[in-house]
Amino acid sequence: MLNGTVSRLRDTGSLLRANALLLLLALSLFAAGAYAAESLPLGSSMPWWGWALALFVTCFFLGIVAVPSGVGGGVLFVPIVGGFFPFHLDFVRGAGLLVALASALAAGPSLLRGGLANLRLALPLAVLASASSIAGAMIGLAIPAKLVQIALGITILGIVVLMAMAKKSEFPEVAAPDRLSSALSMNGIYHDAARNQKIDWQVHRTPLGLALFVGIGFLAGLFGMGAGWANVPVLNLLMGAPLKVSAGTSSFILTLVDSSAAWIYLNKGAVLAIIAVPSVIGMMLGAFIGARLLHVLKASVVRRLVISLLLFAGLRALLKGLGIWP
Amino acid sequence: MAMNTQNDNSHISVEQQRYATWLSWGARSGLAILAVAFLAYVFGWLPARIPLEQMPNVWNLSAHEYLQQTGAPTGWSWLLMIGQGDFAGLLGIAWLSGCSLLCLLAVIPIYARRSDWVFVTICIIALLVQLLAASGMLTAGH
Repeated sequence: MLNGTVSRLRDTGSLLRANALLLLLALSLFAAGAYAAESLPLGSSMPWWGWALALFVTCFFLGIVAVPSGVGGGVLFVPIVGGFFPFHLDFVRGAGLLVALASALAAGPSLLRGGLANLRLALPLAVLASASSIAGAMIGLAIPAKLVQIALGITILGIVVLMAMAKKSEFPEVAAPDRLSSALSMNGIYHDAARNQKIDWQVHRTPLGLALFVGIGFLAGLFGMGAGWANVPVLNLLMGAPLKVSAGTSSFILTLVDSSAAWIYLNKGAVLAIIAVPSVIGMMLGAFIGARLLHVLKASVVRRLVISLLLFAGLRALLKGLGIWP
Repeated sequence: MAMNTQNDNSHISVEQQRYATWLSWGARSGLAILAVAFLAYVFGWLPARIPLEQMPNVWNLSAHEYLQQTGAPTGWSWLLMIGQGDFAGLLGIAWLSGCSLLCLLAVIPIYARRSDWVFVTICIIALLVQLLAASGMLTAGH
């Protein structure tokens, strides 16, 4: 018994050390990358491959923290890369959409097969959000970058408040589905591995949910961010879908919403392979590591780290847009 | 609300399983194309229209200025330059952006056989929205 206790204490110590070490490493590398990117003037002698490598490393660490913190990579990518790298915001938003799209596509099949993403719930919401994301992308490419930068900063600061304050409900109570969700059969069953139970669920307040998804799609297209930060609260807190179904369905919805907006950026020449591809690969490798570190990393610590990063990046975007911190 | 059960996927609808299968193939092949085309681009196996060394001079321009300065194509014209590394890289991106189209097409017959015309319509609208976005007919810019 004593041996067991000692072993458990050792394991706990190892976990704490792993948490601290990884977070310290991530923070140091991120800060160094951001500082290096910030301190070099435009047109500096840093070669193209240096920027591509810095982008890859930054996205790798963003990917690691994106999974345990529960935010999509896109929401971290756009303000941080847009704020600290020399790329124009048009190309950053184009790459941001692809980062969010690639992550959602990679996760989509297993989420659908596991019942954590639901086609009947997702498709009606995704159709509206896809259409509005096209409008968002077109407007984003038509208005001055400084204006987009200011709006991005304000939105990111809003997301920080939402992340810090928002509650979550694992199994919201839905007394009765509304008429629209009944007509569309927006309900389902999923297997909760943690409880080893099948959970059946239904949703309500569907018309309001549909209306909000129009706005969410617009923001996704405008800023080139995945919109998981907004999808999940609407699905979970407003419509009453279980938290895991909300997260899974949100990710699946992004496969349709982000692809619509991505086409607009691609057709307008706002996608550069040299920016998009290292970002996508770095983020996906990081997310792969992050998913495997889920049981080691303490989610609350990572979440606080991400909120701090977003707060910093949001302020940076706002001040850059206002010309105070160019 | 909850029932004890074994971990199986018998409760997952046929159309959802088919969508997942097609999405899985689409995503994997898209990522493979993306990686191979990018390697060909950065290692110079394919010539680049805009040399990589010059990219730091143009990636700080807006998309509109970039197009003006480099003469890069818009819409689907990049397909005509697929032999050049910088545009070959766009093939994987276009594939990833378009793979949901095939998934939607794959589930429409299942809904139709079940006479679930509401979801047939929703899938068709989703397809049309994606096709409209992909068409290049929608124009915007600084």
